[in-house]
Amino acid sequence: MSTLIEGREGQWELVIGLETHAQVTSEAKLFSGASASFGAKPNSHVSFLDAGMPGMLPVINQRCVEAAVMTGIALNAEINLVSIFDRKNYFYPDLPLGYQISQFSDPIVGEGWLDIELDEGSTKRVGITRLHLEQDAGKSLHDQDPFRTFIDLNRAGVGLMEIVTEPDIHSADEAAAYVTKLREILRYLGVCDGNMEEGSLRCDINISVRKPGGALGTRTEIKNVNSIRFMREAIAFEARRQVEIIEDGGDIDQETRLFDPDRGETRSMRSKEDSHDYRYFPDPDLPPLVLDTNYIAEIKSRMPELPDAKRSRFVNELGLTEYDANVIAADKSSAAYFEKAAEKAEPKLVANWVMGEVFGRLNKDGLSIVEANVAPEELAALVVMIQDGKISGRQAKEAFEKMWSEGMGALAVIQELGLEQISDDGAIKEMVASVISANPDKVAEFKAGKTQLLGFFVGQVMKASKGKANPKAVNAILQEILGQ
Amino acid sequence: MSKSELLQLDIATAGKGLRDGDFTAIELTEAYLDAVEASRELNIFITETPDRAMADAVAADKSIKAGTSSKMTGMPIGMKDLFCTQGIKTTAASNILGEFIPPYESTISARLKAAGTILLGKTNLDEFAMGSSNTTSAFGAAINPWELTEDKKPLTPGGSSGGSAAAVAAGAAIAATGTDTGGSIRQPAAFCGIVGMKPTYGRCSRWGVVAFASSLDQAGPFARTVRDAAIMLETMAGHDPKDSTSAAQATPNFEALIDGGVKGMRVGIPKEYRVEDMPEEIDSIWRRGIEMVTAAGAEVVEVSLPMTMSALPTYYIVAPAEASANLARYDGVRYGARVEGDDLNGMYSATRGQGFGKEVRRRIMIGTYVLSAGYYDAYYKKAQRVRTLISQDFDNAFHSVDALLTPTTPGAAFPIGEKEDDPISMYLNDVFTVPASLAGLPAISVPVGSNENGLPLGLQIIGRPFDEGSVFRLGQALEDAAQFDKRPRLTLEGFK
Repeated sequence: MSTLIEGREGQWELVIGLETHAQVTSEAKLFSGASASFGAKPNSHVSFLDAGMPGMLPVINQRCVEAAVMTGIALNAEINLVSIFDRKNYFYPDLPLGYQISQFSDPIVGEGWLDIELDEGSTKRVGITRLHLEQDAGKSLHDQDPFRTFIDLNRAGVGLMEIVTEPDIHSADEAAAYVTKLREILRYLGVCDGNMEEGSLRCDINISVRKPGGALGTRTEIKNVNSIRFMREAIAFEARRQVEIIEDGGDIDQETRLFDPDRGETRSMRSKEDSHDYRYFPDPDLPPLVLDTNYIAEIKSRMPELPDAKRSRFVNELGLTEYDANVIAADKSSAAYFEKAAEKAEPKLVANWVMGEVFGRLNKDGLSIVEANVAPEELAALVVMIQDGKISGRQAKEAFEKMWSEGMGALAVIQELGLEQISDDGAIKEMVASVISANPDKVAEFKAGKTQLLGFFVGQVMKASKGKANPKAVNAILQEILGQ
Repeated sequence: MSKSELLQLDIATAGKGLRDGDFTAIELTEAYLDAVEASRELNIFITETPDRAMADAVAADKSIKAGTSSKMTGMPIGMKDLFCTQGIKTTAASNILGEFIPPYESTISARLKAAGTILLGKTNLDEFAMGSSNTTSAFGAAINPWELTEDKKPLTPGGSSGGSAAAVAAGAAIAATGTDTGGSIRQPAAFCGIVGMKPTYGRCSRWGVVAFASSLDQAGPFARTVRDAAIMLETMAGHDPKDSTSAAQATPNFEALIDGGVKGMRVGIPKEYRVEDMPEEIDSIWRRGIEMVTAAGAEVVEVSLPMTMSALPTYYIVAPAEASANLARYDGVRYGARVEGDDLNGMYSATRGQGFGKEVRRRIMIGTYVLSAGYYDAYYKKAQRVRTLISQDFDNAFHSVDALLTPTTPGAAFPIGEKEDDPISMYLNDVFTVPASLAGLPAISVPVGSNENGLPLGLQIIGRPFDEGSVFRLGQALEDAAQFDKRPRLTLEGFK
């Protein structure tokens, strides 16, 4: 696939590197015990440290360290046994300490890579430069009062993982595929909820253009893009803007820009000249973070299976199609639901049901898979009845509807609806016998060669069974008895 | 016992008196509250807490009666106003904190409170502990009780913990807390003729102590005797999970480690401490100290610490660098003083420009400079490397000796106002104390004699990391030999 873009004077290549900030799912903040949850009353989740009170000291939250190590392993990256927390100094009212605790020269995770899936089914490897832990800042609220700015420190000090890629990305599609894949992994690991609207996952986009194969161009950085759609729009706009400037004979300013979703454009936020000197230096309140190999091995041993591994297992061991495996493995909870159901029933049949009826009903009711009204065990019970020929597909759908809306188990619904087929040979034989003895003339005709009367007999037996007899079994038994 | 007699007791003897029922904690506290009042001209306390003291005394008497008291129960102490005390104004001797009342209690003050001590008040210090003469305090300098006569200029008690040292010397507290970043316990102890102990970095929790330079700040006790310092340190020390730099070390019974003598101990005399232009009085007190420990049975050997002279410049890069970030939180946004400005930056400039004193502003600027792009490698990074070399010097020396004996300061207490126009000569006060700070080593200052003007002079003992025991033992040997029992004149007159 060509990722080049057309300019007036020929083709241009886009060069993109992404810095993703992922909020670590944790009870507490990175260095304080205050809650890290979203959506609370302003300034209700603030410890004395978060408020920058005198004499308060940071203590590392082990959960955040574990999340960084897990993510590093999932990104095929080197875990640094010694990493250092630095102070990044700047003044802003939503930064109470006057510095952000981050990792600068010695991050917890070094180089790695991530394979992303592109549309045509091909994959591409994106290099990971590093992952480090840092604190989030608070929030400045400029729209609450005409003359004053309010500060909400609930977010101040919440743990973030900053994940930086190499400039290996060459199109909006690739950027979107990278973030989609990264988010999938973070959610699988349970280290970040991946919710871009709430800001728990956000991207800074470093972007430049060049003639294919030429020297790298000057880049701009688009800050805090908080949806994949906006990311695509921002990249498309910024690439076009840069190409036009260069083709008009201008130069790109190395600057920080903001994406305005309402207007679909990027705007200059601050130029390189305005950039801060952050005066990074090791935080003397925090000794170097030292990990031992046993700790890393222990984390590795209890890491969940990652989406790529799951997908290939679904295909190779459970016989799913690539497409079905992709759809089901894309979400950890859906995969878990599927796997639970597939433990007891035919996986391919279960996959059809999950992707058809289950996803359909979830969609219709606006629910997520963990809120499904039919437990995976019950879906499995239903599918088993289809497999065993006890009910037809059509009957199963009728039953599923009732299971979903009334929260009943599969067996109970089948019984209440009287759907369970009679497959018991003895019972069917009795019915067949009574139908035959009630229709001696038709039996004679059949035996004389009018074999199309078989349908009539089947109909009579089905009628006698009130539709519950298994038609296949009825057929077989009729043929057997009439053929004698 | 008269109030004057009560004020003469040290912790060890007062503790016995309290437990034997010779007097009550209330009586002892009342005597000290009188002394606090009588010594007000020394500007020792920024905030006096007499009501709290009496309440503490009532509780102490109860606990003594119930038999649940500790060695520190009933001891009226001063608290350097750098320790956050819940419900009591904490200033760090700076205007920028305004009327700040902490909603929390520092680990050290909480431990002392739990041990039954009596809080007399918050003592004066150099602003944010930056200074060696107490003159940078926004509340005016504390005054050294020694040689305070009408015809002579008042002397500095030293700094930064000058108020605490003056309190103990003047008999306005039985003991006091200090913090030491480059000598802020040892130098004032030497100037005031008392004992001051800076334990190993990590021994005492920094949680709730207003930070100056985090990698150097360490709390410790001021007391009248080595034994008292050991008793008080035992209460202060201990691992604190709230301070990531606090050492996971068990706290020994320091008092028990004092006894046993110094026979067979090897004591190093670092030749580089024999600096050019060293006043004869310092050289001579050092020689006397060497004789004392030799007579007590220790073996004295000369050692070399080649990086000694690099310690001061290293310190004056590392400490301001850390301070420049530590003091960034005082921005007028959330607590403390705020001076309005036209915009955000105007408010920052006005608040910080007016809230901080000159010396603090100087150090913030030095610190900001040495961390700046383009200067970081030449200053901060290089200083960190030199700091490592300084530590290695000590490590090497401790292969052959158990402790080091040096002067504490290059001179006796000087008049307030001297050296004010020359920051470098002021910084030189710390030349003997800063190396142990950079290496995080335990060090004590013990009064060993007086100069020809009758002013006290102290010697410093530096030990291996977490070997406060050897430091105390040698300190006790010096104390026993020196029999330094002089008291500042003011005290004896003031308390009659």
